[in-house]
Amino acid sequence: MDGSSSDLKEVINESGIEIQPLYGPEDVEESGGIEFIGDPGSYPFTRGIHKEMYRKRPWTMRQYAGFGNPVDTNKRFKYLIENGQTGLNVAFDLATQTGLDSDNVLAEGEVGRVGMAIDSLRDMEIAFDGIDLEKITVSLTINGSAAILIGMYLAMAEKKGYDVSKLRGTAQNDILKEFVGRGTWIFPVEPSIKLVGDTIEYCAHNAPKYSPVSVCGYHIRESGCNPAEEIAYAFCIAKAYADEVKARGLDIDEFAGRLSYNLNIFGNLFEQVAKFRAGRGLWAKIIKEEYDAKDPRSMWLRMIAGGGGGGLTFEQPEVNIVRGAYYALISALSGTQTMALCSYDEAYTIPTEYSARISLRTMQLLMEETGLCDTVDPMAGSYYMETLTNQMRDKMEEIMTDVDVQGGVVEMIKKGELQAKVSGQAYQMQKDIDSGAFPKVGVNCYRVEEEEEHEVEFHPYNTKDAELQIESLKEIRASRDQVAVDKCLAQLKADAEAGKNVMPAIVEAVKAYVTVGEMTDTMVEIYGRYEEPIVF
Amino acid sequence: MTAANNSKVKILVGKPGLDGHDVGAKVVVRALMDAGFEVIYTGLRKTPSEIAQQALDEKVDVIGLSSLAGSHLPYCKKLKGLIDQYGLKEKLWLIGGCVPKKDHAELKKIGLDGIFPNGSKLEDIIVYIEKNAKMKEDA
Repeated sequence: MDGSSSDLKEVINESGIEIQPLYGPEDVEESGGIEFIGDPGSYPFTRGIHKEMYRKRPWTMRQYAGFGNPVDTNKRFKYLIENGQTGLNVAFDLATQTGLDSDNVLAEGEVGRVGMAIDSLRDMEIAFDGIDLEKITVSLTINGSAAILIGMYLAMAEKKGYDVSKLRGTAQNDILKEFVGRGTWIFPVEPSIKLVGDTIEYCAHNAPKYSPVSVCGYHIRESGCNPAEEIAYAFCIAKAYADEVKARGLDIDEFAGRLSYNLNIFGNLFEQVAKFRAGRGLWAKIIKEEYDAKDPRSMWLRMIAGGGGGGLTFEQPEVNIVRGAYYALISALSGTQTMALCSYDEAYTIPTEYSARISLRTMQLLMEETGLCDTVDPMAGSYYMETLTNQMRDKMEEIMTDVDVQGGVVEMIKKGELQAKVSGQAYQMQKDIDSGAFPKVGVNCYRVEEEEEHEVEFHPYNTKDAELQIESLKEIRASRDQVAVDKCLAQLKADAEAGKNVMPAIVEAVKAYVTVGEMTDTMVEIYGRYEEPIVF
Repeated sequence: MTAANNSKVKILVGKPGLDGHDVGAKVVVRALMDAGFEVIYTGLRKTPSEIAQQALDEKVDVIGLSSLAGSHLPYCKKLKGLIDQYGLKEKLWLIGGCVPKKDHAELKKIGLDGIFPNGSKLEDIIVYIEKNAKMKEDA
């Protein structure tokens, strides 16, 4: 059935799939039928990784938060928890993310600006003071310096009396996507993958409930790729990590169950929902067939899927509240485990208390007022949705094959080829927005004159917080046992040089209050620094 | 300047500080290349002295910065000193990205010629450079 008449405009979604005006049962059949759909909670998990989904437990709400020093951030965390947030998603400043101490000259003007500054274990202790880490799971948005920050988080929890072997939580720790978008890399590609492997291996043995990696399609999508590519590239990257860990002799079922995903939502509603349904089925198939997993949990595509900043606009920022609500709706229809929304002021700065609360309320409203938690995978059975799910899965497989043909995702990233490809697509999208071919409300249609736009309140940057952070760092350096510090750094260097897993040395160093910058510099001596290929 | 002369204009597009958002910078680089300009992209995480040095060494006519993580004011203040010191005062100096309106006056005072916040059209940047590059040097 195509129901088309010749005067209708052709519609092709962002992933390149032609959309018909009408779908019927024969379209589902033609695209592969419902064989791959299955039931929720069973292989291939297209309809959801749990049998009862939100009926049993609604999604976790985890707004990205953190700014200034750990004292400021601790207050914001408590504010969000008081307002009903069920998980934390920690934002670190760029100095912490790139492995610099707050007093490094390169960190000037950056300390505490886009996230919280962390230099030593002391800061981590302050940031999570009075927060029950068993009730509130914590996600650390950290990549380049992730091995250090994971070590610090585990050491902090242990010090507070938690049993690390039972501790839940997540670190983003997806360095490969940092080379494509987001940009907080430190070491070259190979040692960076090795460090991700170290964290997975260490957690599998010491903190088996902790999710050491959240593979991000999110930022590659922000950098310009389309929704099918987002998932395909994320899977290629996840496979690179899985291969690294498998090569160390770990069984896939020892770690795959703790891998998770961070995925993006903006754009066409149906394309997004189909993307997640297709992605769940494909990931299950890859882990089962290519990696020979036996445990169904290893096959789960667990995800945080939230409203992407890339969809939000600088123009008419309040309209972003509405966009965010649709993104949250898509996320719920897609069967996400965790939801986060970029706040309406995303295009300007990090969220204020007020804008963060609006995002939280948006998700709470969906949960309480709209019936989204009542039944599992409510979009299933629509001829359109099932056809599109099959077509999106085919697209993703095609893209993954294409990456393999081009030498694999690691090679493409090393040469800058993937970066060049997605930035070329971002350029095309910008041209389409500029020309109006790709409609964006408030940007290329339904604009208001500048004088009509009213200013929104922004999160202010407080230089005093940065000064306090530097003072506190100096105090730590002066009060710790320097002999222990030197010994720890020597051990870290020796282990890095010997190609050993550096996590045990990092955890020891963290406990001796060695700083993020000191550990990073020590590892740079062995691993070197990444040099960005400039390819257009 | 006219579009036909764009190949005579050399532009440095720089990513200042620790900010890793490079989508916009790369899009602008491509647009400027397509418009016929000679463009050099610095890559991420450049210090003020690295950018000033590269602008000097490459004898560029335009210095464009892309900043999305909020540190544009302290960064531009530092770069301003080096621009003066290296004799680059006559170069056209632009900034784009997440640069809120409330900072525009201060940026102009520091010495920025053109400000292109999020949402600016690529064509506007191209036309601005066509009109103003070299004019400033020749003036």
